[in-house]
Amino acid sequence: MATEHEAAEMAQEAGHAAAEAAGHAAESAGMPQLDFSTFGNQIFWLLVTLVVIYWVLSRIALPRIAAVLADRQGTIAGDLAAAEELKLKAQDAEAAYEKALADARSEAQKIAAETRAEIQKDLDAATAKADAEIAARAAESEARITEIRAGAVEAAKTVAKDTAAEIIAAMGGKADAKALTAAVSARLKG
Amino acid sequence: MEGDIVQMGAYIGAGLACMGMGGAAVGVGNVAGNFLSGALRNPSAAAGQTATLFIGIAFAEALGIFSFLVALLLMFAV
Amino acid sequence: MSEATGEGLVFHPMDQFIVKPLFGEGPIHWYTPTNAALWMGITVMAIILLLVIGTRGRAVIPTRIQSIAELAYGFIHKMVEDVAGKDGLKFFPYIFTLFLFIVFSNFLGLLPKAFTPTSHIAVTAVLAMLVFLTVTIVGFVKNGAGFLSLFWVSSAPLALRPILALIEVISYFVRPVSHSIRLAGNMMAGHAVIKVFAAFAPLILMSGIGIAVTPLSIVAITAMYGLEVLVAFIQAYVFTILTCVYLKDALHPHH
Repeated sequence: MATEHEAAEMAQEAGHAAAEAAGHAAESAGMPQLDFSTFGNQIFWLLVTLVVIYWVLSRIALPRIAAVLADRQGTIAGDLAAAEELKLKAQDAEAAYEKALADARSEAQKIAAETRAEIQKDLDAATAKADAEIAARAAESEARITEIRAGAVEAAKTVAKDTAAEIIAAMGGKADAKALTAAVSARLKG
Repeated sequence: MEGDIVQMGAYIGAGLACMGMGGAAVGVGNVAGNFLSGALRNPSAAAGQTATLFIGIAFAEALGIFSFLVALLLMFAV
Repeated sequence: MSEATGEGLVFHPMDQFIVKPLFGEGPIHWYTPTNAALWMGITVMAIILLLVIGTRGRAVIPTRIQSIAELAYGFIHKMVEDVAGKDGLKFFPYIFTLFLFIVFSNFLGLLPKAFTPTSHIAVTAVLAMLVFLTVTIVGFVKNGAGFLSLFWVSSAPLALRPILALIEVISYFVRPVSHSIRLAGNMMAGHAVIKVFAAFAPLILMSGIGIAVTPLSIVAITAMYGLEVLVAFIQAYVFTILTCVYLKDALHPHH
């Protein structure tokens, strides 16, 4: 209950204080807001303030902020346009790359075919040359074999003739050279 | 004595004037509550109506301020 | 206990609003530099600091202060455009001036020991009268006598129209009153309530009951201060948007 009493006391006190305040500011009509002697002063300074703010805003601040905002808008629009342009460029570059790739591939195929043809030609020439050489060697060898065979036949004939003549001589006869030769030749032909 | 009675009347009047604040409180609560119930029904339309909400609240509470002003005038200016 | 409280607690909730000369005593002439003039000057300085010094970089990527200035610009610009229409935009610097002055003096007035110019009827009445005169003059210049159709509600039944016209005229002339008293009253009320709570705070030095009362009053001051921060912005916003609404009436009187 003390609280209530206290509150009542304080309220009363507040009332007294307010009354005192009203009394001590009696010459200024209680509420400072209704003290008409200060109105002229406040209105004058308020008008000065408003004019200064208006001047600062309309001359300096607002054009500047509007310019900055427009600038930003322009920059963003420009950036978007540039991005669009770059995208187109990238697409172009990709197409060019594809084309270069295809060109290079066909070029490579062409070069490979050419090379293959050249190699084939060389190969053919070398084969032909080797064939010719082989043929020449074969012919030479044949000739020599023929010669050797002829030599061998001759030698065999001579040996056979000599041997036949010796045998005849040993048996006490006398061999006719002509008849011997004819007989050996006939045998060898045999 | 006479002055005391005048002062008493003024203080009683100031207290009575403060009841007007209750009315303003009801009014502001009404505005805000109705806004909220409308906003919950159609949230997409709510954002565009916040300005109207504040104007309504301002009108409602201006009347509470008037009663407060009457109280102040009775306390300090009469 | 009662004598203890009787000694100390002093309630002067309205003393903070007294206009005093800055230098010495004496009568207040219209040119005297007073605390009101000082705080209006500080308001101007703060506005210049934000909107001129803060934006001097003209950066495309804004600094913090510059983005606050741009935010305020965009906020009011959009409000004027949305409420008053495109042709209201040529009043944008004027409305922005009012908004900045009110919002800055409201917030600067929340500093301890500060004086709040917008808590004075004289100041807000001038602001409201400026708006009222602007709106009336613009309305008649733009629409001629057609501006009077604002009061003639053509959608109402014919019999009701004269009565409605009377009500509309009265409400039109009450506009500057409510416009000014709303702002001054809100500012004054919040500051006075804070001051009343503050007067209870030193009770702990005088009596035992103060142990309960003092923390309570400090909490109450804090809560009121938070509310006042909100109110300081909302009242500036409301004043500005009502200006835009009145301007819309002047530019497009046909509903």
